[in-house]
Amino acid sequence: MKQDRRGFLNTLLGIGGIGAIASIIYPVFEFLLPPESREPTVSSIKAGAIDQYEVNSAKILKFGREPVILIRKDSGEFSAFSATCTHLDCIVQYRQDTKQILCACHNGHYDLKGRNVSGPPPKPLTEFKVSVINNEITISTMEG
Amino acid sequence: MKNIIRRAYVLFVGTVIFINLPSTVRAYTLQDKVDNCFVCHQENEMLPEGFSENDIHFTSGIGCVGCHGGSAIEEDEEIAMSSKFGFIGVPDKKDIPATCGKCHSDIEFMRQYRPRIATDQVSQYFESVHGKKLKQGDNKVADCTSCHSAHSILPVDDPRSSVYPLNLPETCNHCHGNSDLMYTYKLKSNQYEEYSKSVHGVALLEHRDISAPACNDCHGNHGATPPGIQSISHVCGTCHVNNQQYFEKSNLSTIFSEAGFHGCEECHGYHSIPKPSDDMLGVGEKSVCIKCHDSGDVGYDAALSWGGKLNELRTIHEHAAEVLAEVVKKGMNDVDIDFALKDVNQSLIQLRTFVHTFDSKLIVEKADEGIVLANNALELADKEIEEYYNRRIGFGFATLAFVILAFGVYLKIRKSSNVKHES
Amino acid sequence: MAKLTDSNVFKWLDERVDLSPLTKLLYHKKVPVHSHTIWYYMGGVTLFLFIVQVFTGILLLMYYVPGENSAYESVQFILNKVSFGWLIRNIHSWSANLMILFAFIHMFSAFFTKALRKPRELTWVSGFILLLLGMFFGFSGYLLPWNELAFFATKVGTDIAGAVPFIGDWLKILLRGGDDVTGATLSRFFGFHVAILPAAFTIFLTLHLLLVQRQGMSEPDSFTKLPDEKKKYISFFPDFALRDFLLWLIVLIALLALTVFSPWDLGIKADSLASAPEGIKPEWYFMFMFQTLKYLPPHIWFIEGEVFGLLAFGAAGVIWMVLPFIKIKKKLLIESKYYFYIGVFAIAFIIIMTLIGYLS
Repeated sequence: MKQDRRGFLNTLLGIGGIGAIASIIYPVFEFLLPPESREPTVSSIKAGAIDQYEVNSAKILKFGREPVILIRKDSGEFSAFSATCTHLDCIVQYRQDTKQILCACHNGHYDLKGRNVSGPPPKPLTEFKVSVINNEITISTMEG
Repeated sequence: MKNIIRRAYVLFVGTVIFINLPSTVRAYTLQDKVDNCFVCHQENEMLPEGFSENDIHFTSGIGCVGCHGGSAIEEDEEIAMSSKFGFIGVPDKKDIPATCGKCHSDIEFMRQYRPRIATDQVSQYFESVHGKKLKQGDNKVADCTSCHSAHSILPVDDPRSSVYPLNLPETCNHCHGNSDLMYTYKLKSNQYEEYSKSVHGVALLEHRDISAPACNDCHGNHGATPPGIQSISHVCGTCHVNNQQYFEKSNLSTIFSEAGFHGCEECHGYHSIPKPSDDMLGVGEKSVCIKCHDSGDVGYDAALSWGGKLNELRTIHEHAAEVLAEVVKKGMNDVDIDFALKDVNQSLIQLRTFVHTFDSKLIVEKADEGIVLANNALELADKEIEEYYNRRIGFGFATLAFVILAFGVYLKIRKSSNVKHES
Repeated sequence: MAKLTDSNVFKWLDERVDLSPLTKLLYHKKVPVHSHTIWYYMGGVTLFLFIVQVFTGILLLMYYVPGENSAYESVQFILNKVSFGWLIRNIHSWSANLMILFAFIHMFSAFFTKALRKPRELTWVSGFILLLLGMFFGFSGYLLPWNELAFFATKVGTDIAGAVPFIGDWLKILLRGGDDVTGATLSRFFGFHVAILPAAFTIFLTLHLLLVQRQGMSEPDSFTKLPDEKKKYISFFPDFALRDFLLWLIVLIALLALTVFSPWDLGIKADSLASAPEGIKPEWYFMFMFQTLKYLPPHIWFIEGEVFGLLAFGAAGVIWMVLPFIKIKKKLLIESKYYFYIGVFAIAFIIIMTLIGYLS
């Protein structure tokens, strides 16, 4: 009888103890594993392989919390700009016919150097740095 | 004798200044010689009213003789201001455009100073109401000097200039705000007052945004004239491109021109154009639709429906923005919601432009597209907020383990407490 | 009951390192049992919460990046990207507050049981220094997420420090790392929080714990007066330790419950150009001082009200710290009849001022 009770108590302590240790170790272990996006502020993103992009086309990518437009020009070179129109924060698009960047909201145009050339945009688009290493495209901020 | 010494001294100093000092000071000389007109008139305090040494002509070395004729080299005033040297004195008002045009209409001459400057100002001027009236012998209308001044002319990009965008409305108002003068032409004189309260006037005069239109941007500069009925939407359309294009293709545009209504102006006004608000659409108090449409007609129903849609999209966008703020405050993941909300904002902005198509199908489609996007964003936000509170669920297990352990320890204490006491 | 000393590991160690002082301490230390025994546990709980702080603090350091443009973002990152980041951060915040709370309770229980009497004067002094360090820990840690509330609370807090006579300006610039609260302040507070304060705290905590272990538990008057046969004791190990452990577990469960059911908001990012939001409040343990300063008239005699208040709090702090040494008419203050009322007044003052601060 007494033996039973001691056994029960030990089982209880064992289960509780192991459970408690597990519930401390598991979160800590998970915490220490680095999450998928490694850093709190994005300074560069990978944009995939060159051949994903046709000449004279563009794609909107997420650069952290900022949309970025990556353009492959006729020459095959890449340019990247902030895709947020400097007028009222609409998202810009690439016009294949005139080879300009267009904001459809109020017909604002930027040239392929990001300069505001017509319409309401008050400022040029911020440019991003595009580097191609082994056919892989990396977009990064100009400063870093 | 004394005079000669003084002049020699001035000549000497003038030369030294010309060699050593910055270009503004060089203006005291005329092609490395002393401008005797200036020297003498300054000495005798006879410089013309409003004279400025910063005047662009003066600083470029085009002295008084450039406009008034005469000689700047001759020291004797009788000789200097004689018809022998082509002295004309103060030009007649009707001759002023030609006087300026002497140089300003001469491409070859102007190119020496400003290679890109236009040279059609005089011909444009005579196309304007001002120019036409002047030709007819009206001496009260504006000539070149009315806007540019006579003796303190500065280039348009100089903030001190009377025609610098920020100063221009005031310059026009000089005459157009004069009710007595305007009365003789049967014109109103409250344009400046109206303009300065308008969205354009506030942007220019209060926010100092020089890309906002001043008077000349709609009326033209030298060819100043009121835009006619046909061209009013073109004038607005030079900046408001999409709105104009949509409107021109709309049914309403045809109806307007048949009825002799002025495109944009009919709803937005002209000098006093207010910042547009969503309340202008619909059938509410501030609606511009109900100026023509009465309850029961098709236009009224359309206005009711479009106003409702626009309002719905705006309300849901505002609501989603509030929820997003809550998500940020809770430290939850807001990046995707932020992206989704950008699209909603874009839809809203586009819808406001789309209204100018006056096409129910397009407007409702655009609004619904935005509403769907907003609902998606809200769904994402709700998930994040739910997640914030739902974290507790995973904690059932951990708490259970700790409670079991605590209970075990408690039993152990009770068991061992039987053995305690004594000193 | 199996004794620790029977285990092979213990024997192995004991043969190499003489463990008898430890066993002596563990098995011979006795804890008196009486109606005030519960207060003996408060220090232990405070210690436990401090351990939690060290532990979660080190974990947070793995991801936290100080700096005007990264502090808020990195805390946001911890909260929504790192697995269980929200848990660790919330435990750290809650545990910090509970630690200060229990430190206060521990201090007042020592006060009312007169535990600070000879020979424990130094334990009291070191404990009070630990409380001050703990509050400074809280003050510096509050700014680290770089959110709006913390930013302005720090601004107000350092402004108050700037009102201290003579050294105020110097103190303010020293705290802020410049004329204003900026990224430089953040770097500085980070340095205080993770390097200077932990070092100082460790020194005083070691001293405090050594003194406690060396001197044993203090016995209140009501207990010492009892005849010997009525004095009850339990052994420190395992009886007291088990109870301590049970309480720690309960505190841990409560901590988790608070964390999960009442998480801390991150707030919005600090913007030094924005105007101060409504209702800037310091952390609750500074509230009574903050509120008192607010109530003081602009001038008291010939000095400014705020300066007077700071001087008064400074004087009160010093008196409180050296309480066990104070004699009035050759009689220790602790033994005087006023002693009890001083404590009641202090508690009532703190509670009432704090409540007013939150309710007004």
